[in-house]
Amino acid sequence: MKFRRLKNNIFLSLIILFTTLTAVPLIAIICEVFAKGYKQLGVAFFTQTSPSTLDAMMALQTGELIPGGVANGLVGTLLMVLMSALMAIPTGILIGIYLAENTNNRFAGIVRFTADLLQGVPSIVIGLIAYTWVVKPTGGFSAFAAAVSLALMMLPMIIRSCEETLKLLPASLREAALSLGCSKFNATFKVLLPSAFGGIFTGTLLAISRSIGETAPLLLTALGSSLVSWNVMEPSSALPLLIWEFYNDPNLISLIWSCSLILLIIVLILNITAKRIARKWRIH
Amino acid sequence: MKDKIYNITLVVLAAFVLLIASGMIYSLTTGATNAFSEFGVFNFISSTEWDPHPEREAYGALPFIVGTVATAFLALLISLPFSLSVSLFTGEYFKGTKIASVVGTVVDLLSGVPSIVFGLWGFYTIRPIMIDMGVSQSGLGILTASIVLAFMIIPYASSLSSEFISMIPSHLKEAAYSLGATRYEMVKRVLVPSAAAGVSASYILALGRALGETMAVTMLIGNTNNVPGSLFDTGNTMASVIANQFGEADSLRLSSLMAIALLLFLVTAVINFIGKLVIKKFSY
Repeated sequence: MKFRRLKNNIFLSLIILFTTLTAVPLIAIICEVFAKGYKQLGVAFFTQTSPSTLDAMMALQTGELIPGGVANGLVGTLLMVLMSALMAIPTGILIGIYLAENTNNRFAGIVRFTADLLQGVPSIVIGLIAYTWVVKPTGGFSAFAAAVSLALMMLPMIIRSCEETLKLLPASLREAALSLGCSKFNATFKVLLPSAFGGIFTGTLLAISRSIGETAPLLLTALGSSLVSWNVMEPSSALPLLIWEFYNDPNLISLIWSCSLILLIIVLILNITAKRIARKWRIH
Repeated sequence: MKDKIYNITLVVLAAFVLLIASGMIYSLTTGATNAFSEFGVFNFISSTEWDPHPEREAYGALPFIVGTVATAFLALLISLPFSLSVSLFTGEYFKGTKIASVVGTVVDLLSGVPSIVFGLWGFYTIRPIMIDMGVSQSGLGILTASIVLAFMIIPYASSLSSEFISMIPSHLKEAAYSLGATRYEMVKRVLVPSAAAGVSASYILALGRALGETMAVTMLIGNTNNVPGSLFDTGNTMASVIANQFGEADSLRLSSLMAIALLLFLVTAVINFIGKLVIKKFSY
């Protein structure tokens, strides 16, 4: 009896131990990025473009802070996320509505299955696809091509989260609207969508935060640029791309931390906000 | 009339998902044709040569297939105690408590950390540890990549399996208790076996994630194009070789990368398909 109880206690302690250990990398990453990155943060870091290797080398030799910032990356990320959101959110929500309204339809089943399949496609493969579909025909790397790759990643996430949220709504809601003489269109857009707003918004925010940190497809589509470019058909930089560039340049390597810090803050805030909204708007 | 237009719009958009998926397969296949016809499909998969020298250009995917399978399975193995602990912690032992929601938030945030930031953490924190432990001289390789990858997939493996574990009906558990089982015995004999299908499905889906992960692996695996002889060897995965070689790839090499992308696409699709199938078959 004693032995069994001992085993029971050991098991519980192991579970608590391993669960606690899971938090270690998260805390370690946040601490390391913050400790090494905060020095560089200042107004200039948000308003200036990334420095050249030569400038950085001179600053390193005199022991000063490396000049310049990540304005080109911020603008690039903003443009890419805006464009991909414009492409993926409306289509994703409409397709999600279709799937939620046709649960037993064969065609909808195939679409649902395909959306799941798309969700599992590795990001680097999506990058190659966007390269074939956009970069090659338009003749050059561009922020637009990157936005297409991000939209391809966001679309299945938004479809599924929209569908799942709509399915959670009680059927009586829709029946009440239809019995009052609402058209199907109005029932969906004036009754169901507003009630499901919280869940859909959460799914969308999570999809956006996922796409902001995505690096691999951008390597194959946006290429990177050291200038702020508002032209979406030109090569563009992005925050994760800048981290990759700094990482590969021995003179600029100390900038990876401040750039990661900004990226991490943006992504984690979006994540936490999404979860908060999900909790607040939960459908009972 | 309005409803008719609305219905048609939805069906057309849903068909758009199928178009995207078939377009992906089409583009990857046409992109890979060159490499497959040059080397033969079977030969391409089984050849270990990767030689970009213009006169004796030869490409084979075996080193990358081995690297991908090794890192993904090793990562899954390493993550197992962590993700199982987390799912038991949040789904059974501390179900519905405040501490469980804290753990849930931590795991969610862990899934939000961008791949490239995980790569930096691996490079600057895990790699020195590996060097100190004398694992290898550079500290890079299959094992280092797998350790970081393991932490990246914990959220995917644990959140789904925690849901399945928490769905086990309480009369099953009470029956075990009434027979005098300790909590550990109940978990081992009743909870885990009844949730086994769902738990294994979530591990299969996590495996799909691990197979396609790119940036962190690229930064940690050492990027050598040979079949790794041991877990401490450097290597390359299918995703990391695409990220690495894309920049200097021209016709035949680009086509070979496309072929690797096609293989990766198919493998992840099959893995995801199996995972979804298991969930569908055994969900309550």
